[in-house]
Amino acid sequence: MTEVTRFTHGSRIPGWDDAVDPDKAPAPVPDAATTPVPAELRQEIEAEMAKYPVSRSALIPALHAAQRVHGWCSPEAIEQVATVMGITPGEVAAVATFYDMFETKPVGRQTIYVCTNISCSLRGGDKILAAMKAAAEGDADFNIRGFECLGACDMAPMASVNGDFVGPLEPADCAQIVSDLKGGLEVIPSKQLRARPCADPAGNVAVTSNEGGQS
Amino acid sequence: MSAILFDRIDEPGLNDIAVYEKRGGYEALKKALTVPTAGIIEELKASGLRGRGGAGFPLGTKASFIPTADIDKYLVCNADESEPGTFKDRELMQKNPHLLIEGMIIAAYAVGANRSFIYIRGEYELQANILEEAIAQAKASGYIGENILGSGFSLDLVLHRGAGAYICGEETGLLDSLEGKRGNPRLKPPFPANQGLFQGPTLINNVETLATIPPILRMGGSEYAKLGVENSAGTKLVSISGNVQRPGNYEIELGMSSRDIIYGLAGGPDEGRTVKFWFPGGSSSPVLTADDLDLAYDFDTLAKAGTMLGSGAIIVVDDTNSVVDVALTLASFYKHESCGKCTPCREGTTWTVKMLQRIQDGEATPMDLDIISSVQEQIIGNCLCVLGDAMAMPVSSLVTKFRAEFEEHIEAARERNGLGMTPPPASEEPALSL
Ligand SMILES: Cc1cc2nc3c(=O)[nH]c(=O)nc-3n(C[C@H](O)[C@H](O)[C@H](O)COP(=O)(O)O)c2cc1C
Ligand code: SF4
Ligand code: FES
Repeated sequence: MTEVTRFTHGSRIPGWDDAVDPDKAPAPVPDAATTPVPAELRQEIEAEMAKYPVSRSALIPALHAAQRVHGWCSPEAIEQVATVMGITPGEVAAVATFYDMFETKPVGRQTIYVCTNISCSLRGGDKILAAMKAAAEGDADFNIRGFECLGACDMAPMASVNGDFVGPLEPADCAQIVSDLKGGLEVIPSKQLRARPCADPAGNVAVTSNEGGQS
Repeated sequence: MSAILFDRIDEPGLNDIAVYEKRGGYEALKKALTVPTAGIIEELKASGLRGRGGAGFPLGTKASFIPTADIDKYLVCNADESEPGTFKDRELMQKNPHLLIEGMIIAAYAVGANRSFIYIRGEYELQANILEEAIAQAKASGYIGENILGSGFSLDLVLHRGAGAYICGEETGLLDSLEGKRGNPRLKPPFPANQGLFQGPTLINNVETLATIPPILRMGGSEYAKLGVENSAGTKLVSISGNVQRPGNYEIELGMSSRDIIYGLAGGPDEGRTVKFWFPGGSSSPVLTADDLDLAYDFDTLAKAGTMLGSGAIIVVDDTNSVVDVALTLASFYKHESCGKCTPCREGTTWTVKMLQRIQDGEATPMDLDIISSVQEQIIGNCLCVLGDAMAMPVSSLVTKFRAEFEEHIEAARERNGLGMTPPPASEEPALSL
């Protein structure tokens, strides 16, 4: 009989097929007195919690903050978020594993998402991903991932480099991006989204001193 | 037509409140606060504006579903914008954030919501920072906060960043995510208008929908309704991408010919290439072919053609591309984004990817195409939200419209794989039902 391979078809949840120990008691809400949390992180999470009528809403902002401090959503980071928010580490981990931007394994600090969705792949997104990986080959400081549509298909093929959108990219740009990052420089300023005008001619008309309504 | 949402959107400094006010910004809000709330909802109804997020539900009608009782109510702006091909809200938020904020304050006032949220996708960092700054300016100017401009109406506005999940664009998945949970969609009913965020009545609308409110109030609802065509009033931002020469966002009057959009505005495919097929409303919409280029771009015409206007994202695929590659990219996306709650969607997306991969690998026979089609049929209408359908509809449209190319591809891949001739065409055998 052929062996049936289970749970290998891939879920969006990393680690969902890792073995669990059913005899282990669920972790309780960590004790604030014995779980040290960096003061700045605590303040940031508490400020987020104050924004919502139900403080649990601050969980995603809290994880963003913790990931910024720890580099990834490490068990320690999850523990700290749970401590400040008064929920169990399990509840925090359940949320952290759902979202693509939260890293649940240690990764490099330089985060590059290369879009490989439809509009980018029609214009060579897969080649950009390969070139980007090749350019940063062997450097553990780089976290390069193929990503779903980033909402910038007009600049396809594109990538998000530490949050800055750049495109349209040529494979040759990848080495430039990697070396710019290594040198602490801004990546290809002329290809950044912030420099991109609206394609619609109406968006670009010379601004006259029309003080009336908008339309 | 004069531009409404994109009017001089590249004006330098427009994201600064002083520049926005100088061109008449926040005047619509000042006027609105003097009108009874029912009057504003009437204006919105009169405008005929249909939701710009995908489903096309009339804004005024949705707003009128919110109970008038004096309880905690919420307004949520859906700025998740993750449908492949869609990038219009990005441009609006980045360049004219106050237009959205003004629209939200008016909408919140109209339905009596005192707390509002913008749920922006986590990847939009630049736009989130710009909005954060604009919200602070609006607060400092007294447009957000307690007793706004002495009207007695108070509103809080919080920008909430997501963290990368397409399903959080689905309105109930978004609400769960905003409550600090995994973004799993909820069973409907109850609809958000009755029981949404924190169990309270919630109005949830797309960025573009809310940003159109100030211009509607400035023009008057019935004047706005004169733009566009019957049942598709107004202007629409369309995001055009893929194999066109001038990809980007364009504001069009609904009812414009699709050819004028794809060729006239976006320049069509590169010299010497032709349109093979196109998605008229994001990657979730069934595809159309070059024969459909003269269809008017509006809700009803596209629905009659068996597809949809969706988010207004046109993706053009030219004749140099393989239909199998596109189908596989598409299916892989939905498989990755399925939240896993319903079996037909979770398993259906997974198996569709596996079967398309089999075709690529040269292991498939034409009968696989019948199985793929039957899987899509079993997804459609059988899921909690429409993410499953969002894969099934375009994939089945590709298999139906390009069956011959799929078969050729299967043959060629088998040949490459050394498997030789395929068995007789599947149509002579009963389709396998799973
Ligand atoms: C899987 C899925 C993803 C969606 N993504 C978005 C989105 O990113 N932005 C959006 O505005 N609407 C999205 N929608 C539609 C919303 O559920 C909802 O209809 C919309 O926000 C309502 O706003 P409107 O009436 O202004 O269009 C999505 C729907 C589904 C099923
Ligand atoms: S249809 Fe898919 S995405 Fe939607 S709730 Fe079901 S499993 Fe989740
Ligand atoms: S497909 Fe790459 S940004 Fe949309």
